[in-house]
Amino acid sequence: MTLRRLRAEIAHRMAGGLALLVLVIAVVWVLARAVGLFGATANISLFLIVTLNGLTLAGLYFIVASGFTLIFGLMRVVNMAHGSLYLLGGYIGLRLVQNHLNYWLALALAALAIGVIGLVMQQVFLRWNQGQDLRQALITIAISVVLADQMIPYFGAAAVAINAPGGLNSSVRFGLGDVRYPTVRLVVLGLAVLIGVSLWYAIQHTRFGMIIRAGVDDRAMTSALGVNVQVVFGVTFFIGALLAGLGGVLGGTMIALAPGQDASFLLSSLVVVIVGGMGSLAGALVGALALGLVDQLSGVYLPAGYTNFSILLTFALLVFVLAMRPTGLFGRR
Amino acid sequence: MKRRRFPPPLGVGRVGAVQSWRWLKRLGLAGILLVVLLVPQLFSTFFASTIGVQSLVLGIAAASIIFLNAIVGMVSLAQTALYGIAAYTVAKLAVEQGVDPWMAALVAVLITVVVALMFGAVASRSEGIYFLMITLASAVIAYYFFSQVTTFGSHEGINGVVPPALLGKPFVDPTGMYYAALICSVLIYLLIWYLRRTPFGYALQGVRDEPVRMRALGFNVPLLRTAAFGFGAFMAAIAGVLLVWYNSNISPGAIDLTRTIDLLTIAVIGGLRRLEGAWIGALLFTIVQTYSPKYTDRFETLIGLVFLAVILASPGGLAGILGGVDRWVRRRIGEVGTATVAPGQRQP
Repeated sequence: MTLRRLRAEIAHRMAGGLALLVLVIAVVWVLARAVGLFGATANISLFLIVTLNGLTLAGLYFIVASGFTLIFGLMRVVNMAHGSLYLLGGYIGLRLVQNHLNYWLALALAALAIGVIGLVMQQVFLRWNQGQDLRQALITIAISVVLADQMIPYFGAAAVAINAPGGLNSSVRFGLGDVRYPTVRLVVLGLAVLIGVSLWYAIQHTRFGMIIRAGVDDRAMTSALGVNVQVVFGVTFFIGALLAGLGGVLGGTMIALAPGQDASFLLSSLVVVIVGGMGSLAGALVGALALGLVDQLSGVYLPAGYTNFSILLTFALLVFVLAMRPTGLFGRR
Repeated sequence: MKRRRFPPPLGVGRVGAVQSWRWLKRLGLAGILLVVLLVPQLFSTFFASTIGVQSLVLGIAAASIIFLNAIVGMVSLAQTALYGIAAYTVAKLAVEQGVDPWMAALVAVLITVVVALMFGAVASRSEGIYFLMITLASAVIAYYFFSQVTTFGSHEGINGVVPPALLGKPFVDPTGMYYAALICSVLIYLLIWYLRRTPFGYALQGVRDEPVRMRALGFNVPLLRTAAFGFGAFMAAIAGVLLVWYNSNISPGAIDLTRTIDLLTIAVIGGLRRLEGAWIGALLFTIVQTYSPKYTDRFETLIGLVFLAVILASPGGLAGILGGVDRWVRRRIGEVGTATVAPGQRQP
């Protein structure tokens, strides 16, 4: 038995070492190509822009996936409708902005609307079969099918973007060379940091956060201590869905809204939480950074002719982390 | 708790009722099998091709989901991606290399199983809902892969795949294709029926019910899961080969998230616990898909609502409902007492 454990330990270390090695090689490769080695022309400003793209995309992924991981961590509900809620939130925001509502008001209203929709979904469909995680996942899949199909006649199949308010439409100049960068994306990154910090503070330093942490660890015991778990579940689902809606409006401004985005953001949420570990905020942060950077850097820095294989790197990321730690980087149990 | 009615004593008349119910079921089953066997002769070309072949092929693919869930307790959403891999391999080999269709099919099934074994080796250390998420993520990644890589025709896919001469042209005369799909379906059904009674099958069912205890007994649980996943991939690969022969093309649209969910819908409508449910669900799905455009242009909404209704009302699906009707009748005529369902036995 000890020999077996030793072998498992060695395999574990080797997998970790291998992953680290791959990471180092990847970073060296990207940096070397950025400064002009390996037959590439030196292009620092391109590197800067691509890295910023990766970071801002990671910010968006984090906003969406933190809602997903919050819901999963506390309730063990895999909300497969998260991508659909993201897209619906974006479309609601789009409609509000098109009707000349202030952008920030539209952002808040759309996020609140999605929060309410999520709450209704949880109360009507999920509350009475708690603990049956597969059935709950199937229910949310069915809801996502209906939502995705119903959005097409109302919002069309073409890609549309939300107009950013005047101040955000500009771009920021960096001192370095002639690099200009859209303000909107930096604002999204800032908001992601703000949301991350406030979620962290709320979970670590408030009474409600304490209840959530207790619920994640032992739901039955928390309930037995006199906490109204149902209310906590409702509020958590509301916040989780709200984050999806918020992400939808921001994503609609930063990228665009189109049918199919629901699948792509469901995928990114899944990858972020699988890589980072379910229910962990820090995991969501690391997962979002990894996914966003891999996504953007691989499109530019893979050897010429292989750039359309970039999606395989996302898959490799997933497989690597799972081979190393089946519960994700920050997952417990 | 519901009051249980004791069965009335078996009298002469009761025995008659029991016998006739049994015969009725056998007759019904024989009738259905006869109709299934004679679809190309009894129905129009359109029906045999669109409904017949499609529901058999989708049934095989859905059966791989049900097999994994019912016997090993793994819900895999990667089955569409796996049949996509098989279909793309056939198309690539047959169209661009000019390989013989049978040879291409064999290679495709092999490649799919190997890919599935490698992927399963990593994914099978996770279980339950985690496994579902990992397979879903991989399925969506496979979709993006095939829609981005130009070697596989990007969004266009690969066109002009010709089935072997023996099977004929599916849209002109679906007979050959239909019987090929039927034979594959029957063989797969019998294979799984046999498999669950082998030591391997019992080990898999042990993994489903008590993975911790199985590990304590010395079974290699991840290995068993991986092997089962490979077997499921074998079924999905056969469906993929038949699919690409039937459609004569494969494109990323055939393996996107919507199709993944469609396949899951078929499995859930049919019943996630009984293998025959796969084909029942596929038949129903194909009929709705073919005839609903007359009434509504929001087909996916319709399917989504049916899906939702089935999960909320009867998690056993249609096969579960049919089994329930059978049990109800048998209880009414007094063939089965309440005691035939042993305590602790898994109810569908």
